[in-house]
Amino acid sequence: MKVRVRYFAAFREAVGMEAETIETSAETAGELFSECTGRHTGLGNFPSSLVAVNDEMAAWESSLNENDEVLFFPPVAGG
Amino acid sequence: MKSFEITGTAIDLGVFRQRLLDHSCGAYVQFEGWVRDHNEGRKVLRLEYEVYEPLAVKEGNRIIDEAIARFGVTRACAIHRSGLMELSEAAVVVGVSSPHRGEAFDACRYIIDQAKARLPIWKKEYYESGMAEWVNCQRCAHPA
Repeated sequence: MKVRVRYFAAFREAVGMEAETIETSAETAGELFSECTGRHTGLGNFPSSLVAVNDEMAAWESSLNENDEVLFFPPVAGG
Repeated sequence: MKSFEITGTAIDLGVFRQRLLDHSCGAYVQFEGWVRDHNEGRKVLRLEYEVYEPLAVKEGNRIIDEAIARFGVTRACAIHRSGLMELSEAAVVVGVSSPHRGEAFDACRYIIDQAKARLPIWKKEYYESGMAEWVNCQRCAHPA
């Protein structure tokens, strides 16, 4: 299936792009992130990273659907 | 009135405080987070906040609703900055008003702690050395 992936802050700088549309067989947000770390050698795996799907915070175990927009957030640092 | 906002310009603290006024309240607690000139032994010259606003606003309002429900305070609001900031500017402000002080302190602490952990906001520090780094993200990228 086809999904839209967006990268933020340190992740965007690591992959060198803001977003991409990819064809994937990943069933969950976590599987998709693993796939993306494989595609982009600069993207590190960080345990406190967060994920959102279609503008809602999501769990890494969340299942994905065709045309979902998946947002990968590096560790946050507001305040 | 929106409870949680993102702004790219200086926060007007006088106007902010007005929004929390309520005749039923005898206590007002305000927290400001300022831009500090050092972090982990390095001299910081300025900061830049990147904010994913659609979700930050949604999640920020959720945190404020949680604080009102959990602590029973009368009003709660917060504003977070985005973009470039200079030393001593207010990066974030949280205000809570309630009949008595105890729940106002607790709710204010809850809001800032949850905001730091949950909002899609990232801080880049610019150092005296000329380097710049994303805070909390030393291992987010593998060396090329």
